[in-house]
Amino acid sequence: MISQSAEKYRLDGDALPEGFRLPQSTQEDADEFFVNIGPQHPSTHGVLRIVVRLSGETVVEAVPHLGYIHRGIEKMAENQTYIQNIHLTDRLDYLSSFFNNLCFCMAVEQAMDIGVPERGEYIRVMICELQRIQSHLLWWGVMGMDLGGFTPFLYGFREREMITDIFEEMCGARLTMNFFRPGGSYFDAPDGFIPRIKKFIPIMYKALDEYNTLLSGNIIFRERTKGIGILSREDALANGCSGAVLRASGVSYDVRKNDPYSIYDQFDFDIPTSTDGDSLARYEIKMEEMVQSLRILEQAAATFPEGPHRSQPKAVYKLPKGSYYSQVETPRGIFGTYIVSDGGPKPYRVKYRSPNFCNLSALNHAAKGLKLADLVTIMSSMDFVIPDMDK
Amino acid sequence: MNMSATETLYPLHNGIGNMVRALFPESAFFINGLLGLIAVVILTSTLAAVLILLERKVSAHFQVRLGPMRVGFHGILQPLADGIKLIFKEILKPKGADSFTFYLAPMLPLTATFLIMAILPFDHHLQLADPAGGVLYVLGISGLAVLGLLLAGWSSNNKLSLLGAMRAGAQMISFEISLALIMLLIVMLSGTASLREIVLSQQGLIFDWWIFKLPFLGIISFIMYLIASTAELNRTPFDLAEGESELTAGYHTEYSGMGFAMFFFAEFVNMFISAALATTFFLGGFHAPLIGIDFIDPILNIIPGFIWFFGKTFFIVFIYMWFRWTFPRLRIDQLMSLEWKMMLPTNLLLLMMGAVFMVLGWAG
Repeated sequence: MISQSAEKYRLDGDALPEGFRLPQSTQEDADEFFVNIGPQHPSTHGVLRIVVRLSGETVVEAVPHLGYIHRGIEKMAENQTYIQNIHLTDRLDYLSSFFNNLCFCMAVEQAMDIGVPERGEYIRVMICELQRIQSHLLWWGVMGMDLGGFTPFLYGFREREMITDIFEEMCGARLTMNFFRPGGSYFDAPDGFIPRIKKFIPIMYKALDEYNTLLSGNIIFRERTKGIGILSREDALANGCSGAVLRASGVSYDVRKNDPYSIYDQFDFDIPTSTDGDSLARYEIKMEEMVQSLRILEQAAATFPEGPHRSQPKAVYKLPKGSYYSQVETPRGIFGTYIVSDGGPKPYRVKYRSPNFCNLSALNHAAKGLKLADLVTIMSSMDFVIPDMDK
Repeated sequence: MNMSATETLYPLHNGIGNMVRALFPESAFFINGLLGLIAVVILTSTLAAVLILLERKVSAHFQVRLGPMRVGFHGILQPLADGIKLIFKEILKPKGADSFTFYLAPMLPLTATFLIMAILPFDHHLQLADPAGGVLYVLGISGLAVLGLLLAGWSSNNKLSLLGAMRAGAQMISFEISLALIMLLIVMLSGTASLREIVLSQQGLIFDWWIFKLPFLGIISFIMYLIASTAELNRTPFDLAEGESELTAGYHTEYSGMGFAMFFFAEFVNMFISAALATTFFLGGFHAPLIGIDFIDPILNIIPGFIWFFGKTFFIVFIYMWFRWTFPRLRIDQLMSLEWKMMLPTNLLLLMMGAVFMVLGWAG
């Protein structure tokens, strides 16, 4: 009975494209088989499908398949005005919606030559750094969960909730923010904004200590991540990786430092870099990034200025004919917006450069030859958000 | 066994048992067995419910939340609601699954729990049967659980299930060796393989328990037992067979309704059994922890033995839960090297040292 059904569901038929066929039964590596990780799978955190060719438990090849959550956001963008487009960027990388908003607004500002008042810039920087911590907290919890410990997930959510509350007070939304506008932000910061952040910073420092005790210092965790999923500097660069994935492989590139936007050049912070290129290096860099974000928040909260939060608000933005590009450093890497305008109220073409898409292409390089459980660790350490890949 | 089993170990000297036996005197043999079976089934299912609720509550409080709160006072009826839900769920069988094996597999681990439950010495006279080779019996029966997992994974016609079953088989068989060696040490020290006799060999003060008896050896063996039994139970940090982050749910991925519930029950009751065996082997079983102070010991002795037994057992169950909600999971090759490169040599060494201590007369 089993053999009949196995015949029926065989994956080495001609139905599969070239490169997805199992070796012939006469060949040496004939005991290989395919396993679908996803599209419905607990550790892909979305509808990503990874076809893994396994030999026993060893990964021979991991090929990502995209398209399960493609919504045509770039095409939709062509039929909406620039303001209407901002809320669509929320839906790209839902954990860094402020960054996506900001990037789109920066491209519009660049085209229209709109300046941002100082208070508006401060709001942008502080909100973005808060969201970086928020996103990293979720990633940290999920990393623990992917490694089999469920408790970090809820610990991460405990502090994440405080940040989400700040956002809710700020703009009414908790996930899809739709907050920044060309020239500033939609609302001004509420009265409780700075006190809440000042209250949050020491709590977060304390929480980070707790996280290090719970997960970072755990011997099982270190054994599971150290030396696992090494991505060489060349592979990282060739695949266009960015964010912690790139910095873990020995390239110190952060848009905030190397191509400063907004007012990041006014703050003192470090870019953590490692040359190990393994999962532990990616993990430690992300943990350190939270500390650096807290440092930026401390400095910004101390010098938060008064004044207007938005300049030159308009109902309809008509970008002059031409093409514009802006990029920001999201929690996952470089997010870019490329707008081609024909002079009308709607963009002619919008292209988003998503960090996850490029980072995903490095997955096979990192996971080849390791165990199936390591594939999950690597995916977790690279911190994928699936809707950002498919758009 | 030198004692007469009917006198000291007649398990069901209670009102109902005596009444039934008086009514049908000629079929007492059959009725004894039936009552014993009913008792074990009721105990097992109650324990499963209690343990599931306990795990949910313990994990919740580890994770700064409350856990089930809605059904009954502090969610006390939650296992009942879950049970009703599971009974009414459809049992799905994947296409191409081997029907007979697929339906047989969940029964095996549960059967194993019933069989082991029958020989646990809960109290002086609260033990269904006391075979002379109780330790061997325990080791033999636990093989049945492995068989269930392997069959489940094999018959599901699912690669993730198969991988899970493969891991479970490799893991449980490996760690059973360590477990057997630790049990052998205790058997050697106490000079008997009957669980009741092992408990009786620890009679006296708290320092007569095997965990404290040998210089350092007892406590090391106890820790080894905890590690090996956690692996044997497929619980975090050794829950590779389920490994939900890579294998969705491992060997029971394709099971629904009562099929899943049986695996789930067996897993939880096995946890109790492992803890109960640890209590039996190391913590003096049903003996009260007497400390040799004249005015405290009588008070401790008033508390019945089965309460001590359950208290100690649930303490170890709590340690298992503590493990589970703190540690991340090992990888399969790390797990295997832990067993074959560290645990096994250490246990062999412990066994040899135990023998030397016995010869030197340090074992007491």
